[in-house]
Amino acid sequence: MLLAIPLLPLLGFLINASFGRRISKAAAGAVACGAMLASFAIAVASVVRLASLEPDSRAIVSRAFTWISSGDFTADFTLRLDPLAAVMILVVTGIGTLIHVYSTAYMHEETAPEYARYFSYLNLFAAFMLLLVLGSNFLVMFVGWEGVGLCSYLLIGFWFEKRSASDAGKKAFIVNRIGDFGFVLGVLLAFVRFGTIDFQQIARAAAPMSPEAGFGTISIITLLLFVGATGKSAQIPLYVWLPDAMEGPTPVSALIHAATMVTAGVYMIGRNAVLFAHAPATLTVVAVIGTATALMAGTIALVQNDIKRVLAYSTVSQLGYMFLAMGVGAYAAGIFHLFTHAFFKALLFLGSGAVIHALGGEQDLRRMGGLKRDLPITYWTFLIGSIAIAGVPGFAGFFSKDEILFRTFASGHAALWTVGLLTALLTAIYMFRIVFLAFFGERPPEPVAPAHPEEEEPAAKGGHATGPTHLAHPTHLHDAPPAMALALIVLAIGSVLAGYASLGGRFERFLEPSFAPERVEEVADRGLELTLTAVSIAAALGGIAIAAYFFLKNRRAADRMAERFAGVRRLLQNKYYVDEIYNGAIVQPIRIVSENALWKAIDVRVIDGAVNGVGEAVTGASDILRRLQTGSVRAYAASLFLGVVLILGYYLWP
Amino acid sequence: MPPGISTSDFYYILPELVLTAGALVVLIADVLLPRERRSALSWVTLAAVGATLASLLPFTSTHVEVAHGLLAVDRFALFFKIVFLVAAAITVLMSVRYLAIEGASPGEYYFLILCATLGMMVMAGGIDLITIFIGLETMAVSFYILAGFIKPNQRSNEAAVKYFLLGAFSLGILLYGMSLMYGLSGTTNLRVMATSFGAMAGDSRLALAVILVVAGVGFKIAAVPFHMWAPDVYEGAPTPVTAFLSVGSKAASFAMLIRIFVEGLPSASEDWRLLFWVLSIATMTVGNFAAVTQTNVKRMLAYSSIAHAGYVLIGIVAGTSRGITATLVYLMVYSFMQLGAFAVVVMLRRADVVGDELKDFSGLASRNPFAAFAMLLFMLSLGGIPPTAGFMGKFWLFSAAIDAHYYWLALIGVLNSAVSLYYYIRIVVFMYVKKETLGSEPTTSPTLAVVLAVAVAATLVLGVYPQLLFNVAAASARTLGAAGATAALR
Amino acid sequence: MQGWLSILIMIALGAGFALISVVLSSFLGPRKPTPEKLAPYECGMPPVGDARERQSVKFYLVAMIFLLFDIEIAFLYPWAMALRDLGWNGFAQVLLFIALLLAGYVYVWRKGALDWGGDQATARRRSTIGD
Repeated sequence: MLLAIPLLPLLGFLINASFGRRISKAAAGAVACGAMLASFAIAVASVVRLASLEPDSRAIVSRAFTWISSGDFTADFTLRLDPLAAVMILVVTGIGTLIHVYSTAYMHEETAPEYARYFSYLNLFAAFMLLLVLGSNFLVMFVGWEGVGLCSYLLIGFWFEKRSASDAGKKAFIVNRIGDFGFVLGVLLAFVRFGTIDFQQIARAAAPMSPEAGFGTISIITLLLFVGATGKSAQIPLYVWLPDAMEGPTPVSALIHAATMVTAGVYMIGRNAVLFAHAPATLTVVAVIGTATALMAGTIALVQNDIKRVLAYSTVSQLGYMFLAMGVGAYAAGIFHLFTHAFFKALLFLGSGAVIHALGGEQDLRRMGGLKRDLPITYWTFLIGSIAIAGVPGFAGFFSKDEILFRTFASGHAALWTVGLLTALLTAIYMFRIVFLAFFGERPPEPVAPAHPEEEEPAAKGGHATGPTHLAHPTHLHDAPPAMALALIVLAIGSVLAGYASLGGRFERFLEPSFAPERVEEVADRGLELTLTAVSIAAALGGIAIAAYFFLKNRRAADRMAERFAGVRRLLQNKYYVDEIYNGAIVQPIRIVSENALWKAIDVRVIDGAVNGVGEAVTGASDILRRLQTGSVRAYAASLFLGVVLILGYYLWP
Repeated sequence: MPPGISTSDFYYILPELVLTAGALVVLIADVLLPRERRSALSWVTLAAVGATLASLLPFTSTHVEVAHGLLAVDRFALFFKIVFLVAAAITVLMSVRYLAIEGASPGEYYFLILCATLGMMVMAGGIDLITIFIGLETMAVSFYILAGFIKPNQRSNEAAVKYFLLGAFSLGILLYGMSLMYGLSGTTNLRVMATSFGAMAGDSRLALAVILVVAGVGFKIAAVPFHMWAPDVYEGAPTPVTAFLSVGSKAASFAMLIRIFVEGLPSASEDWRLLFWVLSIATMTVGNFAAVTQTNVKRMLAYSSIAHAGYVLIGIVAGTSRGITATLVYLMVYSFMQLGAFAVVVMLRRADVVGDELKDFSGLASRNPFAAFAMLLFMLSLGGIPPTAGFMGKFWLFSAAIDAHYYWLALIGVLNSAVSLYYYIRIVVFMYVKKETLGSEPTTSPTLAVVLAVAVAATLVLGVYPQLLFNVAAASARTLGAAGATAALR
Repeated sequence: MQGWLSILIMIALGAGFALISVVLSSFLGPRKPTPEKLAPYECGMPPVGDARERQSVKFYLVAMIFLLFDIEIAFLYPWAMALRDLGWNGFAQVLLFIALLLAGYVYVWRKGALDWGGDQATARRRSTIGD
């Protein structure tokens, strides 16, 4: 039963990958959506069954086969559904289904084989993501972990005419390798320490230990795992790939780079909550990194002009919130934010996709405006999403964000709380900046050529000129077609209602078995809770008010502000120059070492020199022999001999 | 001592005899058949390989020494023989089309492939320095000729001459080491040698022998710093030969390495463990970093093959039975993915296009989705991404290293496999992301399709369900040594 | 360092032997140079023309084949001496050995490696080797 959840999307992938060139677009889309829908149905059934179990034994285990067994080490290919995984599979299959449906309309201009290719990748992604979530040990999780990375990479580069897209894909890949390196080392070290890689067994082994006072093995393990999480979930210092990843089709951004894959790092920490709880040092690092990322990405989002980039930085910022929650030990709150965020961020991305779709590929906020009239469905749903993420009471984001901030304060991290609050303010500002710029006011009569090209953020140059394959500026704006509208409306409803899942601590209690034996202590200070809630509501509303003042009422004021703080603005538009710093400090040195030292010095000069020389200039076989004997073969033989001498020398060295 | 070789000895070398007979049949058929019917030779060759595989059946649980201790017929040898024969069969299938395009005569080619296979089988079974050396020479000489088989091609000629000269040089070094081993122990039998070396641990003459043998074997497995020949030879040799060279020859050399060091020199294990530790790290690192900037896929795969020798050495360094098992597993897994990758390169070879440059892979995904998917899988497997077989192989190697407390080795191995993905994924970028106008049209043929299907299936199945292979490899590793088997292992 | 001494002695002996033979012969040998003696490849006859002359590849082929079969036939002598001790088993092994030789012989023959000159033979060889 459990196995069917990832297997169905895999089946969809196989069908579309094998027969995609021969079946119609409608059939390809139906197969992909059908597979996801069926998977969602089974997921719901499984979760219902799970909920009916006793809280102490609330898990459904499905063991496929013994994967590896050697000596004292075994790893089964086992799927395990517990409350934490239940939340995740509902998000992945539910929102995944909606995004599949949305894609059938969004991608309708692609040719049939491309269309099938797109859906096959999307299905494969869902299969791997479900495997990641359901895996009962690190090995199964790692299969999913790498698989989603691969699919993300293929989907970012989907529009291969765009050079920036393939560059972005490559960047995502390389940055994720660094993270994965940490992750693999963490797993190996965990294996050394505990002799197992099963989540349950590790948790059981770690539970009786007392938390490490200093920086011990568990701290190193968790820190390495966290490095993996920073790669996958786009945290400092490995967040740089996510904004560039927005080169892919918008539904992909919504599904992979907002709702599901990027939350894998948060999920992984939640999955190993017991282990992390025993490493207070790591938890501090997690909380600080999360907060710093939230603030940094929030500030960058303020000044970006590409609508998808704003949302991308917003995603990075919100992920920072989730890590903050994990870092202060509020696992349930973090997962809850993951849950609500999936709804409204997917909604926002899909809404931005509808805008981009309607404008024929336009992504620049400065060339939008007044879309409220033409795109009513998009406008209303986008507005709901924005309100939700801003944290206005009654909407989903309010419940989860407030919970995180409250837990942070209650656990004694007042400084982190302050930064978190500031970020909440920023969130409201940048989100409503989009709303006011895109949907209110008037659209510029004709596409303005960028007046100050030097102010353009560098990466956007290739980005906004080319969207989906069509570029013509349409005279008639059409609102989202039915398939897209359906997804938007369902997600909008979710963005309102999802928050109520936590009323009365239900969500927390449901998740409790997953984090056991880390019992979440009840904080009974209602007065403090209400005060803090009032403060965060004030921040949300204040942010909206500021955005309204600058971007709705008095846009000249915004320009004046920009001029006054030109330096700050440039710093933010260039994203703190982090890309440039990485390029200068890491990428170029590696390239130079690789090209000059290894490639040019050894390979080109010695080896290729001989080969090319021989290949070009020499015709007679005797000549080859002569050259070979006087040339490189001697060098090779010398290297052989030198190797022996070196080893010998090592031995003779006292 | 009974004179000569007894009848039972002939029974135990039945697979080798069958293969020899098959090789001779191919050779004779080549000169007797009319020219236009010579393409049937590939089927004769395949039949010979198949018959040899079938003749291995009676020996699945045999554990004897034959011909006065010249050869061992045990599961360890059996495991390697299967690897060689499967690799040979795949190489033959790959060659059918390639030879037709190059216009080379098939008879001698297939004969030499079979001869090389025979040499490998003798190497894997040899527990005597003489036998091992004869096997090595049989294999090496065949490969010298095969590397230069495309006579009009200058690069092929150059590859052959370079390989021959350097090969001869390295054989000299190896032979010198072997002669020292003989001089010190008074025997060429590795198992007898092991006991007489028991009291000689720490002797510097033994250390010198170890160094020289390590250098000789290091050349064969293309370990840094004895690797310089590999990129040139791999690039210049005909692609199927390169494939066979990088898989068969490497696996055979590892079999020889395990026989000599684990069976013959357990007392000097401190020495050779350290040496292989250094070689492993150097090999992985140089191989991977040099591969990063390659634009020729064959050359890139050559460096990748060098790097893989480094990974496999991890299992040898660990030296535990788990390490040896991981080595066997990895060699088997590596055979499939490497041969598969070369098969895709062969596919891109056309009459007018060499097809081994990176740009030839542009847009392969839209022109031949199956080939592109297969290549994607092989690249991921070589890079060690689950759920492919390569991941499983690496996982065992690294966990064996950790198990034997070689933490740094495992760490560097993991780091290297992270680096390696960069260049593997570049091929994927070209196949899936670049425009299709640049690349060459892949030629499809039934034999190549079979090769790809087999390699893809093996890469996936061994990745998803590796337990069977692991059990077989573990059983094979246990049969090492005369009696008490793994006593030699920690 | 103790054991390395023997290795050092071995290397010294090996190098020393070669060195001493060269040095001694140059010291001890009487030197009465004549132009003929100083010419390269001196063997008593005055050199005629350049030594680097092209030879037909057939010389090498025939020489090599002769060498191969000659040496392999030489294996039969020890077997013949021990014929009675080895018995039928040994006889069977030698038969196998000869069968292997025969296969090589047939191959060489059919390839035309044994043909010496002649238009017809050359044509046939081209048709088999040259493709």
